[in-house]
Amino acid sequence: MSAETAAPVVPAAHAPIVLEKAIVRSPKAPVILGVFALLALLAAFAFPRTGTTRFGLSTSRDSIQLDPIPVSTQPVVAVIAVLLALLAILAAVIVARGRTGKLPLWLTIVFAVLFVVAFLTWAVADGLLPFTGLLVGALGVSTPLIFGALGGVLSERVGVVNVAIEGQLLFGAFSAALVGVATGSAAAALIAAAVAGMLVSFVLAAFSIKYLVDQVIVGVVLNVLVTGLTTFLAGVIDVDKIPASARFATVPIPLLSEIPVVGPLLFRHSLIVYFMYIAVFAVWFGLNKTRWGLRLRAVGEHPKAADTVGINVGRTRFWNVSLAGAIAGIGGAYLALDAIGLFSKEMTNGAGFIALAAVIFGRWDPVRAVLAALLFGFATSLQNSLSAAGVTAVPKEFLLMLPYLITVLAVAGLVGQVRGPAAAGKPYIKS
Amino acid sequence: MSEKIPGEDQLPTPGQVLPLAPEPQSAQGVEPGQASGTKPADEVPPPPAANRVMREILSSNWLMTLLAIVLALVVASILIVVTDENVQKAAGYFFARPADTFQAIGRSIGGAYYSLFQGAVYNFARPGFVNGIKPLTETLAFAAPLIAAGLGVAVAFRVGLFNIGGRGQILIAAAVAGWISWSFPLPPFIHMLVAVVGALIGGAVWGGLVGFIKARTGAHEVILTIMLNYVALYLIQFLLKTPGALQAPGTSNPKTPPTDPSAVMPTLSDLLTLLNGGTQVGSFRLNVGFILVILATMFVAWLLNRSSTGFRFRAVGENPHAARVAGIDVKWVFVLAMIISGALVGLAGSIQVLGTNTSGFGDGIDAGIGFDAITVALLGRSRPWGVFFSGILFGALKAGGYSIQAGEGIPIDIVVVVQSVIVLFIAAPPLVRAVFRLPAPGSKPKARRPRLTAEVTR
Repeated sequence: MSAETAAPVVPAAHAPIVLEKAIVRSPKAPVILGVFALLALLAAFAFPRTGTTRFGLSTSRDSIQLDPIPVSTQPVVAVIAVLLALLAILAAVIVARGRTGKLPLWLTIVFAVLFVVAFLTWAVADGLLPFTGLLVGALGVSTPLIFGALGGVLSERVGVVNVAIEGQLLFGAFSAALVGVATGSAAAALIAAAVAGMLVSFVLAAFSIKYLVDQVIVGVVLNVLVTGLTTFLAGVIDVDKIPASARFATVPIPLLSEIPVVGPLLFRHSLIVYFMYIAVFAVWFGLNKTRWGLRLRAVGEHPKAADTVGINVGRTRFWNVSLAGAIAGIGGAYLALDAIGLFSKEMTNGAGFIALAAVIFGRWDPVRAVLAALLFGFATSLQNSLSAAGVTAVPKEFLLMLPYLITVLAVAGLVGQVRGPAAAGKPYIKS
Repeated sequence: MSEKIPGEDQLPTPGQVLPLAPEPQSAQGVEPGQASGTKPADEVPPPPAANRVMREILSSNWLMTLLAIVLALVVASILIVVTDENVQKAAGYFFARPADTFQAIGRSIGGAYYSLFQGAVYNFARPGFVNGIKPLTETLAFAAPLIAAGLGVAVAFRVGLFNIGGRGQILIAAAVAGWISWSFPLPPFIHMLVAVVGALIGGAVWGGLVGFIKARTGAHEVILTIMLNYVALYLIQFLLKTPGALQAPGTSNPKTPPTDPSAVMPTLSDLLTLLNGGTQVGSFRLNVGFILVILATMFVAWLLNRSSTGFRFRAVGENPHAARVAGIDVKWVFVLAMIISGALVGLAGSIQVLGTNTSGFGDGIDAGIGFDAITVALLGRSRPWGVFFSGILFGALKAGGYSIQAGEGIPIDIVVVVQSVIVLFIAAPPLVRAVFRLPAPGSKPKARRPRLTAEVTR
């Protein structure tokens, strides 16, 4: 993220090149943390809620049943609020005095987790919150977002802005349903979804790379096209009843799935979710540790330089955008085959745009994007859990709004510095 | 991941934080002015890619538009034929009686387009001119909000901004117009005008917010508008279920009370009935909104082509770097353009609430107009009267779409497919040229190479 510039002096023949590192100290992050700490303090002392909050840890399918943890609401919220305030002060000190002037990721994550715990304890005063269920639900909501975000990261890092994630998810979902109904085979449906996502990408890539059309226009129009096409086809072809054989069954991993909390959260899912774990790792590893990733990033940052050393910019972009589409398409398959089990019109309902938001909020980095997708999925799942628990302290619309609002703040520079791949969005014309 | 490469940005501006931000790219060839080494070319970098693309879209000709529409209709016909059951049945014994298949195809396409005509222009099956012409008025009624929102998107386009936030702006504007209609008792005509102005302000605020954030922080307007669409949607959903806000009193549905009759836009039937001395004439839904839309088109035509503000808009749209060098306040132009854009989209919202749907609305009041407006603006090449006529074309497709759905059982979403395919083809003139084997503009006509060998003169 930091702006590294080569020293202006021409180095001597064997002298090491000294990189001058600009340290940017921005007070934004500590201020934001401070605002959240203040909110927590307000909740703890200005609007205290008494009673006991119980966190349910076991799901009904667990073999080891744990009792819900009772937590006395007021003291816990107060203690966490004070902790949050201390963390915010620590953040300010780190930013002001630290070596890099940047907030470490762990501090943000610890702060976020503590804040969420405080918020839950406060909101569900005198009630039972199925905590594990909340997390499992969050992973379920996040899965298509993560696939979409991975596709978005790949596509944008290679230099093609991917606004069409929504279309890729939707077409993937439709094709999975279509092939699932036609063949009754889950594997065939999954492949069809990947191919469908790829088809959308083909159009995006062809128009933006060959015909040099503005990538954002193509992306937006593709979303509209896919929405119209899938709704039209769903009206004339029956894709409602996906047979059970075409749906992915839950495959609990032996032993691991019996660990309380972690088991149901991570190891009791269908194959698509396990595939997602692999995909996250593969994209991270591929982007940062392999020749493929280096070339991909080079094309996205400085296509002319990449071209000079013999990388075919157009071809690299085309196939990586296609790969991105295939990944996003699998996310669509999860929606149709796993989460819901049928195709309904416009079933993605903005998930692609949340994935796009995750890409931006995650600063075009696969791991951060996945974390952002998990955060956004958590917000949605939280809304479901709170409505189920009968909590009305926070209107659900505001929780649903959260991912979008955070993204607006992020791109407005209020949350961290957002800067994407240098050449994303620009067609490369070989001269 | 984002190490700065020295010399990559010739002229970094605050507006360049996102990858989407228009930014000149060093690999993009040299502008003609630069090659000759003239002084201004050194100071002013070539316009960003997005602006050049815009110029390409603006400059392609009517033939391309026509061919794009033809291609889109061909695509739609293929879709209709492939999904038609009669065709599928006949194709089952294609080799036994191929004529049947072709007959079924002909009947399928013919039926669809006849239905389209009947639903969008004139219905011969109905008695009398007043009843027969109703489809045409329906077309115009559907076109009115499309044109208004299309004009809004077009104004932003001319400044080099993509306003994808039509949905949010319409929702906010509709909420304001509706709220004014049932909250303040005012005399009939004035009530409508106040509600319309309220909607314009609502849309302008929601759009201007984007321009403001972009001008202040350089955030890209596409991301902002997409995200603000959903913020507006959930905001409206919240207000719709909050008693005392937008929810109709005494109900638990997320729906507003009906628009107050004194704020409803008079329809063509109302006017004709008045002229006819009280006898009901037809049941046209076409309303005063269409006149407002004509006025808006004239205003935008004046604004863009005759006013100094419009000149600044176009200058920024051509090349923001050059515009800044020329002393134009580019940031203020961004804000102002988004305010005007949002207000025009807001007009569409007011037409929806005060004209099209007056019985109370839910969160679907935007009816996809926000996205349709993008296609309308692109098809109209962002020129005011171009947008006007492309809006009427898409209005006709929409009106005809309902008739096709009712008559032929073809889902109305085929219209969306046609629209987006048209825009895709328009955005890529080389593709259309390739399909129809047209020469590229500026390329020399392929003369037959003479077979003669050149005479050696030296």
